[in-house]
Amino acid sequence: MALVEIRDVYKSFQRDTQRIDVFTGLTLDIDAGSFTALMGPSGSGKSTLLNLIAGLDKPTRGTVRVGGEAVSEMSASQLAAWRARHIGFVFQSFNLLPVLTAYQNVELPLLLTRLSGKERNERVKIALDVVGLADRADHYPRQLSGGQEQRTAIARAIVADPTVMLLDEPTGQLDAKSSQEVLALLQRLNSEFTKTIIIVTHDAHAAERAKMVLHLEKGDLIEKPRATAAAMR
Amino acid sequence: MIPIVYNVRSVVRRPVSTALTALGVGLVVAVFIGMLALANGFRAALAKTGSNTNALVLRKGADSELSSGLGRDVASIIAADPHVATGADNRPLVSPEVYVLIPLAKAFDTTQIANVVVRGVSDQAWQVRSNVKITAGQRPTSGRPEVCVGSRLTKRFPHTGVGQTLHFAGRDWTVTCQFSAAGSAFESEIWGENEQFMPVFRGDVFQSITFRLKDPATFDDAQRALQADKRLTVDVHRESEFYAQQSQLLGNILSFLAIMITGIMAVGAVFGAINTMYAAIASRAPEIGVLLTLGFRPWTVLVSFLAESAFIAVIGGVLGGLFSLPLNGIVTSTTNWSSFSEIAFSFRVTPALLLVGLIFAVVMGVVGGFFPALRAARLQVVQALR
Repeated sequence: MALVEIRDVYKSFQRDTQRIDVFTGLTLDIDAGSFTALMGPSGSGKSTLLNLIAGLDKPTRGTVRVGGEAVSEMSASQLAAWRARHIGFVFQSFNLLPVLTAYQNVELPLLLTRLSGKERNERVKIALDVVGLADRADHYPRQLSGGQEQRTAIARAIVADPTVMLLDEPTGQLDAKSSQEVLALLQRLNSEFTKTIIIVTHDAHAAERAKMVLHLEKGDLIEKPRATAAAMR
Repeated sequence: MIPIVYNVRSVVRRPVSTALTALGVGLVVAVFIGMLALANGFRAALAKTGSNTNALVLRKGADSELSSGLGRDVASIIAADPHVATGADNRPLVSPEVYVLIPLAKAFDTTQIANVVVRGVSDQAWQVRSNVKITAGQRPTSGRPEVCVGSRLTKRFPHTGVGQTLHFAGRDWTVTCQFSAAGSAFESEIWGENEQFMPVFRGDVFQSITFRLKDPATFDDAQRALQADKRLTVDVHRESEFYAQQSQLLGNILSFLAIMITGIMAVGAVFGAINTMYAAIASRAPEIGVLLTLGFRPWTVLVSFLAESAFIAVIGGVLGGLFSLPLNGIVTSTTNWSSFSEIAFSFRVTPALLLVGLIFAVVMGVVGGFFPALRAARLQVVQALR
């Protein structure tokens, strides 16, 4: 059974008087432990798909299941608890809280768990260590470079050990070097910690790192999932 | 829960809007505390006037000393009552008193006339009123036109120093002493001998008779006995209760005004808080989106922003308390509407009042923060993150 099951999903937005159909019957499976890149032009529905998987948005019709649970059927309150437990989300613009230190930003998802202060401290340290920012724990976001900010955001996404990591253009605002660092980190998280990663990207380099690349165009998969070189290794 | 440090630091990061909002709340709190301190001080001055161990006798139906009248026979009957305590010289501790209001021009503005109480007392009065202490000079000598002046009058009215001469009731009166009375209303009175005042004022009649109870616990007995006495038509009050009652009308009006005026001002401060919080939430929509994405529930976002608004208000409350502190002890005066007499008293800013002010501030913060916080909690994640 696939970890993420998207079944006959329709999604449309109302913009002024115009209805925009993003998905018309999308069906898609993503396996546990995979590293999937979603590519496609602007407006193809990449981010919308990511939001549907994260339960941030609801399909107009159809079902979204993650780990066997019907995300598309949950209430707002159920979704909040479910996201805290299963989803690690990374944004293009990092979205760290500016008034909190790197450490405090990474700790946020753990405040929704029942872990003790000591356990939280251990977890945050491990997460910062994994992303190579152990020495930046007390820095505020404005004191970090873009690459460091994004790595902090990734630490925040992995600290609660989620089922799926969802990344929306994580390298979109980074220079080439920082992008490579972030992508190498994601690859490591996938291979070493067997994290399931779904990444939305425009970046061909990013897609190269993925085991699987899905192309979306006007809400349709125009290519069937194909294994990339990375998966062959 | 969203850590409060997030809100505290967010507040500190926008110091100008925080300071302005807090200042608005602070001014309201200062006015609120100030006005209640006034009512408080007024009540305290009158409450301290009456003693628990004394009983005050008025003509039946009189609600103040001014409207009362008692003959010499009444004074004799009460002096012989067994409930009355006796002094060291074995004489009953009774003071039949003349109570008159005289117009006096104030020291700073002689066109302003105040009604000052002139109280004619017996020589026992100084013992009956145990809180009265002579601070300068000698007690008036019996049979001479001499007076003793309450300490609150000396600064506010001319010719009230020891050795000076006051002119009222068509005669000159030499000031021989000054007295204090623990901040009570007596400090706003002029005392002299009752026998001196009777002929020049209202003739052969006393306005009230105050006596010391042998045992304060027997007040009810004394009251029942005297009111049932066929020879008398009197009301007997416990002195402390009588003065507390005297403060009720004006005290309540002052409290009512405090709440009315600050209530209206509070509406302004609340709108200030609403404005600040809406602006804060609008500029932090992406942060709220992140919190919701991480799995914080909408109601924790609501609580978080309510706490933020309350925090700003607490800063305001503390400011307001500080603004109001210098008022403490300032002496002012007014006419007591229950007795029509001028009474001086001081603002009393008590710890309890400061606490009430702080709670008031928090209430303003929570009320002002509610709708903005509700909007924050209802943000759609996808829109908020845009």
